Amino acid sequence: MIPVLLILIPLLTGLVAFFIKDERAVKTWALLSAVATLAVALMAVFSSNTNHLFYDAKWLPILGARFTLSLDGMGKMLELLTAVSFPIIFAATHNNQYKSSNAFYGFMLLSQAGLMGVFAAADLLLFYFFWELALIPVYFLCSKWGGERRIPVTFKFFIYTFLGSLLMLVGILYVYYLAGGHSFSTSVLFNANTTINQQNFIFWMFFLAFAIKMPIFPFHTWQPDTYEQAPTAVTMVLSAVMVKMGVFASIRWLLPLSPAGVANYGHLVIILAVIGMIYASLIAIRQDDMKRLIAYSSIAHIGLMGAAIFTGNASGMQGVLFQMFAHGVNVLGLWIVADVIEQQMGTRKFSELGGLAQKAPTLAILFVVMALANVALPLTNAFVGEFLMFNSLFQHNIIIAAVAGISIILAAVYTLWMVQKVFYGEVISTELPSVKLNTGTTLMLVILVVVVLVFGVYPKPMFDLTNDTVTKILAQIK
Amino acid sequence: MNTIVLSAIWGVVMMYSGIFIKGKSAIKYISAVGLLLLLIFNIADTYAHPLFSIDTTNFLAFSKFGLLFTSICIFCTLIYVLISGSDIERLGRYTAEAHALIFFVLCGVAIVTAYSNLLMLFIGIEIISIPLYILTGFDKRNLKSNEASLKYFLMGSFSTGIMIMGIALIYGASGTFLIDNSMRASTLTYLDAMGLLLLFISLLFKVSAAPFHFWTPDVYDGAPTVFTSFMATIVKVAIFAAFIRLMESKYQGMGSQTDRIVGVVIVLTLAFGNLTAVFQQSVKRMLAYSSIAQAGFMLFALYAVNDAAKEGLLLYAASYSLATIGIFAVLAKMEDYSYEGFNGLSKTHPILAGVLTVFLLSLAGIPLTAGFFAKYFMLAAVVKGGGAIGLVIIGVLFAAISVYYYFKVIQAMYFKEGEPVFAEQPSKRFTYGLIAIAALIVLLGVYPDALLQFLYF
Repeated sequence: MIPVLLILIPLLTGLVAFFIKDERAVKTWALLSAVATLAVALMAVFSSNTNHLFYDAKWLPILGARFTLSLDGMGKMLELLTAVSFPIIFAATHNNQYKSSNAFYGFMLLSQAGLMGVFAAADLLLFYFFWELALIPVYFLCSKWGGERRIPVTFKFFIYTFLGSLLMLVGILYVYYLAGGHSFSTSVLFNANTTINQQNFIFWMFFLAFAIKMPIFPFHTWQPDTYEQAPTAVTMVLSAVMVKMGVFASIRWLLPLSPAGVANYGHLVIILAVIGMIYASLIAIRQDDMKRLIAYSSIAHIGLMGAAIFTGNASGMQGVLFQMFAHGVNVLGLWIVADVIEQQMGTRKFSELGGLAQKAPTLAILFVVMALANVALPLTNAFVGEFLMFNSLFQHNIIIAAVAGISIILAAVYTLWMVQKVFYGEVISTELPSVKLNTGTTLMLVILVVVVLVFGVYPKPMFDLTNDTVTKILAQIK
Repeated sequence: MNTIVLSAIWGVVMMYSGIFIKGKSAIKYISAVGLLLLLIFNIADTYAHPLFSIDTTNFLAFSKFGLLFTSICIFCTLIYVLISGSDIERLGRYTAEAHALIFFVLCGVAIVTAYSNLLMLFIGIEIISIPLYILTGFDKRNLKSNEASLKYFLMGSFSTGIMIMGIALIYGASGTFLIDNSMRASTLTYLDAMGLLLLFISLLFKVSAAPFHFWTPDVYDGAPTVFTSFMATIVKVAIFAAFIRLMESKYQGMGSQTDRIVGVVIVLTLAFGNLTAVFQQSVKRMLAYSSIAQAGFMLFALYAVNDAAKEGLLLYAASYSLATIGIFAVLAKMEDYSYEGFNGLSKTHPILAGVLTVFLLSLAGIPLTAGFFAKYFMLAAVVKGGGAIGLVIIGVLFAAISVYYYFKVIQAMYFKEGEPVFAEQPSKRFTYGLIAIAALIVLLGVYPDALLQFLYF
């Protein structure tokens, strides 16, 4: 029953939110809903009774599609990430003003429902449904409440991802009929008798959809523009949770459906991902806009995850799973600080910022910790994940790993440069208003910093949680 | 049989009601009652309760698929009359005649979904076409409407001629009008092949598939909007039902040859429809091209005639008709047919904008709407048939392009500022009707078995 609740709570509260006209009331409503979801997600994480984590009901008998939800370790972890992110986003951006805020929070909660469904679905057609359900609210959120160029930018994002999903649909149909054409369940599809050529085809159909979502070079072009133009609360959802859909789906569906395809093309994907890492890092160094810099840095980090998935060894899997959570938390922290700065100073340009540390020492300290996590310094959670992933790349191919290693140095360059430009250096304008940090935002940042440090020092709980998925996946691709 | 007889009778009733009844809206309700009766008796017929026992051996063969298809067409017409009835009234004095013609079209629809003889196919298609020529030119004082009517009539006559020629050649080759293929010799004669090709072309013309689609934009654009809605939806999908019947039987022996021709037609239709729709400035013309593009998707059912294709065609007929009727109903009430005319609709009419969004999402084939499963089954039919996966990929590429022009309307409604002007303010009842259609589309999008189970029950 737990996975059903995780989808139903945001879905229903989201629909209700559309009818709450009062701005304060809808904000409270959304926050309450998100907290309730978080409570249920925590129950899921600590529940050991598998019956509670599984739900199965009749859906479309003619097609053989069923409404099956099931949470394994990876599912639990990502449900937790989603459930943690939304209350933090709502609390941290509590003071932001939106016109027709009822629709804004309604769409936010609907996209949360879609995400929850994606991470829980154990039926391929149901997965596809939720995959799209998560996308459509985001389209409206970005197009309505985004920056100046929001309409064309979001449109590009939507058509790009929709094309990917349609190709995935072709892949779904293909594998469905190869497996007999009477069920979309994992047990039937994963055991279909497919030849190598068929698996190669399946690989590309699914991979393109996931690669666009992650995004992996050269399918990333929608991402920086969308992150920049979307309202920051939505950017947080996109980068903290939604890009994980691509990573998650590769592990949950692509690897078991097409082990031969992964063996054939994994190397190519790793090379692409590594090119993307270096490329995005180099572009990040040249950025003058805080949001764009974080966007490119996000491409670089996701690129590493994309590469590690396809190495197919235990260390890579462990690393990716751990890093999905870690990256979600870290990037959330960076966006919150970026949002505070934009709201208060009215600009995100490094050339117009400087010396903020004097005006907002607390913010500076919290931001530095987040920035260090972005560089993956030891004692931060990202170090654990990236270490494991680089380890897997070394096992795969030493040259590729060495090239990918450059991105660590580049990450240090652009991240520290950002810290220096924004918080230190000379105070550019003396007339800048002082930076006020409200308690909600501070509290959220403190929580994130604590999470970063705790998992940096003691990552074992996360490994225990995802251990079953790693064993399962490794067995499936052997 | 019930529908064929009753719709013809009710058509005559409608004509006379125009003489005796002066209130225009009363006519709409008489028509609606007639449609409701038709629907009930058609369903009764489906479950073997015919009112008339007429021997139709060798002329008509009623199947569950065909009857269900007729039911969908009648149901959509009922919705159409309830939603757009007042727009017919605004077109002039001859309201009753328009309704009478609609009933005659339904009579033709009931024939083409059940024929087993090429002569009946011809008669059915003509019964559908002739009322449509009149409806296209219904707005007598409008030059565009007259032009469209004449164009449609000339082009339609040509295609009828081609069809007759084809049927004659087939008769010459095989000595029978029956579509049953069992008598056919194993190899096709040139005469037979030529006949089949001509018949094929004439039907492609009727469903406005490329390269025989050139009449469509002008006719759909010129005809009064409320009748464009009827022509582009119910009539078009009914002819697809006729088409798939022919494919199932007559063309079966041709094997890969038909596949190749249908494949080329699909790609051309999708390309013409979608790429031209992208560049339209008027929503009405965009919908005309989009109807060509949607026909391209329905053609997938002809490429692979199997159970998935038939299920899909039913679902496609329902989802496409409902969504398009809904959009046209709103369009018919607006002054400005350009995209800018929709600017700011979400501010002034939030409910209308909401249901229009559902319709457009359905046409684009986004999950949670009926349009998704419609497209799903079409693609599934081809994948299930094996091979031709390239065709499916081309199909989804064009589906992604179609998002572009459907979403332009959504963008205008939600993200742009403006003040839409209505020729007639939408009434409360009209809005509730649209909400009901939208709810139906979402229901079919989540649970398509609600419709499909009738095929097996």
